[in-house]
Order: sequence, then structure tokens, then C-alpha cells
Amino acid sequence: MFGNLSDRLVETFRNLRTKGKLTPADIDATLREIRRALLEADVALEVVKNFVTAVRDRALSDEVSKALNPAQQVVQIVNDELVAILGGEARKISFAKNPPTVIMLAGLQGSGKTTLAGKLSKWLKDQGQTPLLVAADLQRPNAVNQLQVVGERAGVDVFAPEPGNGVGNPVTVAKDAIKHATKKQYSVVIVDTAGRLGIDEELMKQARDIAKATDPDEVLFVIDAMIGQDAVNVAKAFQDGVGITGVVLTKLDGDARGGAALSVSSVTGKPILFSSTGEGLDAFEPFYPDRMASRILDMGDVLSLIEKTQKAFDEDEAKRLSEKMLSETFTLEDFLEQMQQLRKMGNMKSLLAMMPGAGQMREQLENFDEREIDRTEAIIRSMTPRERQEPKVLNGSRRLRIAKGSGVTVTEVNSLVNRFDQAAKMMKTMAKGGMPQIPGMPNMPGMGGGFIGGGKSKKNDKGKKGSKSGNPAKRAAEEAARRASKDVEPGASGSAFGI
Amino acid sequence: MGFLFWRKKKDKDAPQEQPVEAVEAPEAEAQTEPVFEVPVEIIAAPVVEVVPEPEPVVDVVPEPVVEVVPESVVEVLPEPEPVDEVVPEPALEAVELPKRSFIKGIKSLFTRIKFDPENLDELEDVLIQADFGVTAAERIVEGVKGRAKKQGAKSEAELKQILQDIIAENLERDDKALNLSSQKLPYVILVVGVNGVGKTTTIGKLAKWLKEGDWDVVIAAADTFRAAAVDQIATWADRAGATLIRPKTEGQDPASVAFEATEIAVRDQADILIIDTAGRLQNKVDLMNELDKIRRVVEKQAVIAEVLLVIDATTGQNGMVQAKAFAEVAKVTGVALTKLDGTAKGGIVYSIQTELGIPVKLVGVGEGISDFAFFDAREFAKGLVN
Repeated sequence: MFGNLSDRLVETFRNLRTKGKLTPADIDATLREIRRALLEADVALEVVKNFVTAVRDRALSDEVSKALNPAQQVVQIVNDELVAILGGEARKISFAKNPPTVIMLAGLQGSGKTTLAGKLSKWLKDQGQTPLLVAADLQRPNAVNQLQVVGERAGVDVFAPEPGNGVGNPVTVAKDAIKHATKKQYSVVIVDTAGRLGIDEELMKQARDIAKATDPDEVLFVIDAMIGQDAVNVAKAFQDGVGITGVVLTKLDGDARGGAALSVSSVTGKPILFSSTGEGLDAFEPFYPDRMASRILDMGDVLSLIEKTQKAFDEDEAKRLSEKMLSETFTLEDFLEQMQQLRKMGNMKSLLAMMPGAGQMREQLENFDEREIDRTEAIIRSMTPRERQEPKVLNGSRRLRIAKGSGVTVTEVNSLVNRFDQAAKMMKTMAKGGMPQIPGMPNMPGMGGGFIGGGKSKKNDKGKKGSKSGNPAKRAAEEAARRASKDVEPGASGSAFGI
Repeated sequence: MGFLFWRKKKDKDAPQEQPVEAVEAPEAEAQTEPVFEVPVEIIAAPVVEVVPEPEPVVDVVPEPVVEVVPESVVEVLPEPEPVDEVVPEPALEAVELPKRSFIKGIKSLFTRIKFDPENLDELEDVLIQADFGVTAAERIVEGVKGRAKKQGAKSEAELKQILQDIIAENLERDDKALNLSSQKLPYVILVVGVNGVGKTTTIGKLAKWLKEGDWDVVIAAADTFRAAAVDQIATWADRAGATLIRPKTEGQDPASVAFEATEIAVRDQADILIIDTAGRLQNKVDLMNELDKIRRVVEKQAVIAEVLLVIDATTGQNGMVQAKAFAEVAKVTGVALTKLDGTAKGGIVYSIQTELGIPVKLVGVGEGISDFAFFDAREFAKGLVN
């Protein structure tokens, strides 16, 4: 997520962080890097220019020169300005006083409107709403079918009176949908419209007509995170043409730097409400500008993670577990339980991506095998209660039995036990001295080796500082080694440990 | 100028036409088609099961009466030659397909921004705003400055001409035509790209254009992932008059669909096989591996003539990442630049072509079935600068 931009800025700031005092030349050099990074991240040129000017003004002012750590101050300013561009505070969807609430989706072709309609409806349904999907994209071949399939998967009703493929009038469909929804008491109506170009006057008028006919509470502009400089023009066109109230960013699970997101909210002044992060119906979450900015700066998205945790964890359970963790009596059994709790939060990959320092592990994250958790679970389930309580008793024959019982190799059992030991040590450290090294987060201690590197955890531990200390050659070598190790022992790679 | 392509001579004897005709009912359900029902069933089962090697095919194939010479297909894996020999060297004729212009799709760089001959550095900003990227923009501006100095060019018109020339020169390629002259039928075109770039639409247009040139076109609906994707390609196949090979079951392994389609295309001596694939983000390793698998199974029976990477003209610098990743896995041979009818300039293809050496071949300029053309560097450069 926003991967390369984070990496870039982290790289830039690494030089700053070591300095005690900043000269104007330092600042200019840094800003040049930032300008370039932002442009390469597809932030619109005009937005970049304003951004750089704003940062320079503040960086050259007294607040920096008098700060204890000027470099950190510049980071702070960049962060603040990023948040400002991204739209400041988070906003929730605004519901109508008298249902149904009408949400209209608009955007270019291929931005992901239909998929998003499904996700949004599922999300609303999970919140106790009764959404109705409306098939008003009668243009693209089989868009109506697609929406029906998506609606079925989400368990949401679809209003599709017209077959589409050029047949039918979307304005009429939208109008009828509202009547239908009112009569049947749906609480939210989501209108999926055809993709259109900002310069296509005819289709923009049609979009306006749909808006007029349905009087939407929200008109969400759906935009692909991979879009380039044209994002500005497109956003302006939709704002002027239809009048948007918010933005949804899609395909954020790709490796696009997504700078266009910054441009869109800066140009339209409308907040980004949601981000869409995968093809599954659950790959969808509210967008938090402040968190996203710190994600850009690679400080992790700890807040999002906490929120997800809260949703899935039953609170007492979580409390009990965290007490256990800190009281050093954490066992494999607790670990199993914890893993099952985490599972409820959804996709491990997206969860791990929110962790601080995840930027460095992006490549490994992408290769993270969800089934690895199943295997880990199988291993633990093949242990006797005593073995789970006291992993120390695991001798060779026990390990062999466990390996047979869970259909893995002894090596995999060994590596699980080793990693559990490491994690237990890490927890002891945390219990004594709090979270080690959070702010800069050069690495996730005990974790970096833990989850993805597989049997390579030792190596990673050694490189705790080195892997992010600004020696790209070394980092590349390490990554290569990790990748190579994966090729050699695919079965043993990608453990789920250290969660 | 047009391109010369080679396709099968049309005046073939009657018996050969028959199987082709039987298959040629795009909207019909695969299940009701006797002709490809048989092979589909045989091959489908083994391939679907994540089989590393297609050996199981041997066990199943011999029994039914299919004339695809199953033994040779499976046994002689190393070379695709047997296939070439099985197809009794169809007589080929040269065809020149209609050329289409896409000039109306290109938007000038200077619609919003004034060209200032005094300050060429601003040209860099202009190019950046067209998604050329910082590095390419810097290089182009350097080039313009250097040449302007040499030629003593000062006026706006002169400088614009230099800019146009530099862009055109760097984009001009000998291999921009589709590779449809190797004379190894069927020409297989694999279409790949990220989600929502317009792969299916591009295939529809391409199929239509090829049908206009009287080619036999088979389309494989190997996007078995996205909801209703098969229906979407079916509609396009119908409009283009091409034969569609559908997956037998929902969510079938795309590689097995590609395999079956190749088999059918070879058997029926089709001229062209176009394989539609699901959109995939280039950082999803599993999905990229799937693409590799599709390529491998197709190559068991035929030669892949083109792997077209579809790139949306609105794409920013991520386009480079896309091109690199797909080139590595899918051996991309050309780019199809779509949605050039919007406000986007598509500058990213400049870097893709100059830095990665992948030629732009096709351009899409609208939702209509005829809204596409061949890429022409001169035309593109001219449209951008004027």
C-alpha cells in the first residue's frame, strides 16, 4: 500500500534523521527528493508544487531551527501536510433522515464500481442496514449480470429490471428503484452506474439526470489507485459534471504508489471515504486520512490494526490473553487461541500490512500463504495438552509423531517450536520494557524473522538494524537470500508465527 | 502504410468447413455443442486438478474417438512440432487489413498549458503532466535543448517540431505490427493486464477487425474469476462473429480453458486464437504464476504469436511496474493502449517502450467495436505536440 512512496520518503528522511542541525541547503535537497518521489508516485504536479512550497515555508521557519531534533520536525511537517492534503479528518457516510439513503457510484470505465457496489452493500448489511443494489449500468456488456452475481454473493437484493447491453434507460431504472426501495422498506439504495469519461458530455448529462432523479445523499466518485496525472482532470470533470460528495479509492492492494489519491482530495476538496483492497467482498475498509499519511511515511497503521482487533476480539478474551502474554505463561495453546481470534479479523495479509515497518516486508507479505496458518494450527492440534503447555518436553520422537499427525515434516515442527521460543522471549522483553523500538521501527524485533522469512529467522535477527540501515545492497542481498530460501524449502516458508 | 499478414486460404474444400461451422455459434451453451463437448470433457478433468504434469491425460484420452492424435500431443512434450505436422500445412495468402487512424484520440499536451519557447524547463512539467514520468521528461527536454542549440531553433513552431521529432524517433519501431506472419497457424494472442484496463473490450475489437479480414477467430474465455466475465466476452464474441470457448464449470482453472481452446483451434484449423485472461495486479504472485501456467499449457500445442499487455491510458507510473512484471512472467510482446479517448495522454507508454523495449501495437479509442487502431509513432507524436 502506497509502498514505494513510503520507501522513498523513508530513504530521504534517513539522511535527515542522523543530522543534528539542518541548513537551508539540506532542506532544499530533501524537498527535491520529496518532489521527485511524489511525482513518481503520480501525485499531480500542481499538488506537488503547493505541497513542496508549504513544507519549505514551514521548514525554514523558527519552529524547525529551534526544535530539539530538526530532522524529526521536518518529518512531522511533511506528515502534517500530507494529512492536510488527504482531507483532514475522517468522515462517515451520511445517512438520510428518511430512508432510503441513496448512494450513487460514478467514475471512469474500469475503476471498479460494480465490484465496489458489492463490497459496500455487504459492509452496510453487516452494519444492520438493508441495502438494495441497482443495476443502472446498462452500457457495458453484462454489467447487469455481474452486479447480480455480486449481489448474490453478498446476500443483497438486486434491482435489475433491464437486461442492459445497451437496452433500457438508466434514469428510469434509478427512479423506479427508489420507488421500489421505499415500498419494500430498504434502508439504503446503491446505484451502480456505467463508466464514463469526464469529457463525454452526453454521458455526463445522463449521470446528472440519474442524480436528479434519485436525489442521492452521497455521490461517490470511484477512482483507481493506479491512475496518473490525469486524476486531476477526471476528478474535476466529475465534480463539475455530477457533483460528488466523496471519493472511494480502489485497487489499493496493488503496488501503485497511489499518489493520485492525494491529488483527488486536494483538487476536489472531498474526503476519501473508503478504500478497496482486494477482490474479495470483504476487502473494503473506511479510509482514514491521518492514518494513511502515517502509512505513507511508513510509520505503520497501528490505529487501523487496533480497530480491526477490537472488532474481532471478544474483549474479555483479549484482556485475558494479553495478561497471559505479559505474565510470561504464554503457551502454545494460548497461541492457537490467539491465532483463531486473529483469523476472525479477516485476511492475515492485509492485517500484517498495517503493522509498522511493514513497508520493508511488502514483498514477503505478498507471498504470505494464508494456508500456512492452517498448517501451524494443524501442528499445534497434533500436540498433547502437556506439550502445548510445556514445549520443552518436545523430544525427537514426540516431534516425529506430531509431524506425522499433522501431515508436515519434522523440520516444520522444529521451526514452529523455535519461533515460538523466540516470540516468547520477545514477549518477556515487552513485559519488562514496553514495546522496543516502535517509532522509527527499523525492524519488527522478533517478528521480522518470525512470520515470513520462515526458517531464516536467525539471519534476520542479526540484521535487525542492518536491514534498514540505509545499505540497499545489503537489504537486496537479504531479500534475495530470503527468496532463495523460499525456493529451496517451500514447505517450511512463511510461518504464521509472531502474531 | 498497411501491414501484411498471412492467413489460411479461404477456398478450402467443403469437408474442412463443416466442423468449423458447427462450432461457430458463440452464444450457444458449451454443453449443447456436440463438437467440442467431447474433447472438453476429456481434457478438463485432469487439468483442473492442480496437476503439475499433464500425464493423467494419457490415461483418459485414448478411449473416445477424437482425431486430435492424443498420443503425440502428450508424449512429445519438448517440441511443439508435432502440431505443425498434424495441421496439413494450410495454404496461406497474404492479407492487408484495413488501417485505422487514431489521431482523434490523442490530446495535445498544450491544450491547457502555453508553450513558452523562452523557458524550455517548463516543458518538463508539461511532459510530467502527460505521465511521461520525471526521468523520461528530463531526458526529452535535454534532447530538445541540445538539438535546438545545434539548429539555432528559437521559434515555437521550430521547437515543437523538434519535440515531435524526438518523441517520434524514440517511439518508432520495426516490430510494431502484430506478429501474424509467421505462418504458423493458429496465431495465438494472449491478452493480459491488471483489472479494469479493458482487456475484454480490446479482444472484442481485435476479433471484429480480424473477422473483417475474413479470418477464423476463436476466443477463449479464460477469465473464470470475475463475476459474469464470461458473459461479457460472450457478448463481444457474438458482436464480432467469433467462436467462443467457454469454461465448462464456473471457476474452472483458466489454464485448462486455454488448453481446451488451443486444442479446438488447432483441430479446427482456426487462423486466430485469442485468449482472454482475468485481470490481475502484478504484485499477486499466485495470480502471476497462473498466467505462466496458461502460457505453458498453450505452448504445448501451439506457438504463441503475441502476448498483449493492455494498459489503460490513464495509468500513471505504476504502468512501468506493470509492464516489467508482466514482461517477466508472461513474455509480453506488445502493448495495447486503451481509453485514449479520454483526457489522459498515455505518456507512460513512452517509458515502457523506450526503457523496457516493449512496442506499443494497438490503441483503443472508445467503446464502439471499431474504435481501435494500430499505433503509429509519428501520428502519436504529432497529436501530442499540436
